[in-house]
Order: sequence, then structure tokens, then C-alpha cells
Amino acid sequence: MTPIEFAKKHGLEVASEGEGDVRDISGIYCCDLLSMVMGRAKEDNALITIMGNVNTVAVGVLADVSCVILCEGIQLDDACLQKAKEQEVCILYSRESNFDTALKLAKDLGLCS
Amino acid sequence: MNSLKLTYEVDGEDFTRAGEASSNVKKQLRKLGISPEAIRKVAIALYEGEINMVIHADGGNIDVEITPQKINMVLKDHGKGIADIDKAMQEGYSTAPDEVRSLGFGAGMGLPNMKKYSDEMRIESTVGVGTTVYMTVNL
Repeated sequence: MTPIEFAKKHGLEVASEGEGDVRDISGIYCCDLLSMVMGRAKEDNALITIMGNVNTVAVGVLADVSCVILCEGIQLDDACLQKAKEQEVCILYSRESNFDTALKLAKDLGLCS
Repeated sequence: MNSLKLTYEVDGEDFTRAGEASSNVKKQLRKLGISPEAIRKVAIALYEGEINMVIHADGGNIDVEITPQKINMVLKDHGKGIADIDKAMQEGYSTAPDEVRSLGFGAGMGLPNMKKYSDEMRIESTVGVGTTVYMTVNL
């Protein structure tokens, strides 16, 4: 499943499409500590977080995740969003919590029933 | 075969710009057809180094040398230095200020992540003079 497919299915806002329609989500990594994300997230994971600053975008690029899903209605400011678009990072906005968003994605990925 | 050398200056004033050197190196490595696994290792190790330079040393310089066998990275700063390197290498140990933590860093994962993602790493540091980190990722 691609990030864009997930967004469409559950009504998440696509803030930056990036490569979200061509990359498959390999798994889920939930964390708000970006250094932890750098060390532990795997390639093409969906990063589910409430940490929405320009460093989140950089971590998205460098850890090579398939998308960043910002939860709880948190949004990037204009400059960060611009940076995400320039760097082709897929950014989705969810109104739900990290857990509820991850649960839906886990079901869609067949990680739980 | 020849090696390719890249040099970057890390701006210590602007935390939000940290990652520019790492992103640029990543792009260059992609162009050279380096394996995605090696690129990811270099990108993560370098980014953590950049963040450290901004948080602790008011910036510094990064030299990257790409050879057919490996990628060598040298991160040099003139910051306050590391008094106890063994302690700094422990996961969870951090001297970063609170404002850095509020941005998602300062969890004491930087140096351990750099060690994890590089094949070789060496730190030279003198308190009051600065720190140089040498990292290598084999291709």
C-alpha cells in the first residue's frame, strides 16, 4: 500500500505528495524523538509522529521513510511544508492520535486483524 | 581510480538548516549509483554529526571522500570538546539544552547512532579546543 492509497482510504489530508504514490509502505515506526527515529526507523516505513518541525522533514529524507504522518491535527508551517515539497517527502495529516492512525495502517498492511 | 571529495560548512547559528550537508551528500551518492543501503548509512551518520555540531559546537566543517571502496567522513569543530568520550557514547547520555529536546533531539542517541551506521568511527576531542569525528562506511 502506498501512502497516498492509505490517505485516500481514510480521509487523511495529503499536505505534500512527494513520492507517496510510488513508494510502498514497508512497516510502521511511531516515535516523537527524532534521534530515535534516525536510529530505528527502517527504509520505507511510515513515520507516525506529532513532531512537526523542519527537522522532521530532514529526518524523513535522511532515514528514507516512505511518508511522515503527522497526527492529532498537527501541521507543518509554510516554510517546513515548502521544504517537504522541495525534498519530495510525502506528508500526511491525521486528526487522530498516533495510536489510532497506526492501528488503521497496521490493519491495512496486514500486521494485525 | 580517482576519489571524489566534498566539503561543507555547517552553520552553527541555525538549527533548522542542519541536514543540508547530509541531504546534499545523499543526492551526490545517488547520482554516483552507490547502493541505497550505503547511502542510508552515510546520510544518518552524517546528519547526527551535523546536529551535534549545531547543538554543541556552533558549527564546523565536514569533509567527505568517496572512493570505489569506501566513504570517509571527517567532521571537525572548534566547540567545547567532549570531556568523557565513553560516557558520551552511551545511549541516553546527553548534555543538550532543553530547547533542543523540544525539537525532538537531545535524547542521547546521536553518537550511538553514528557508531551504529558507520563501519568505523573514531573520535578525537580536547576540552576547550574542539572535536573531530572520523567515520567510514564501506562499499
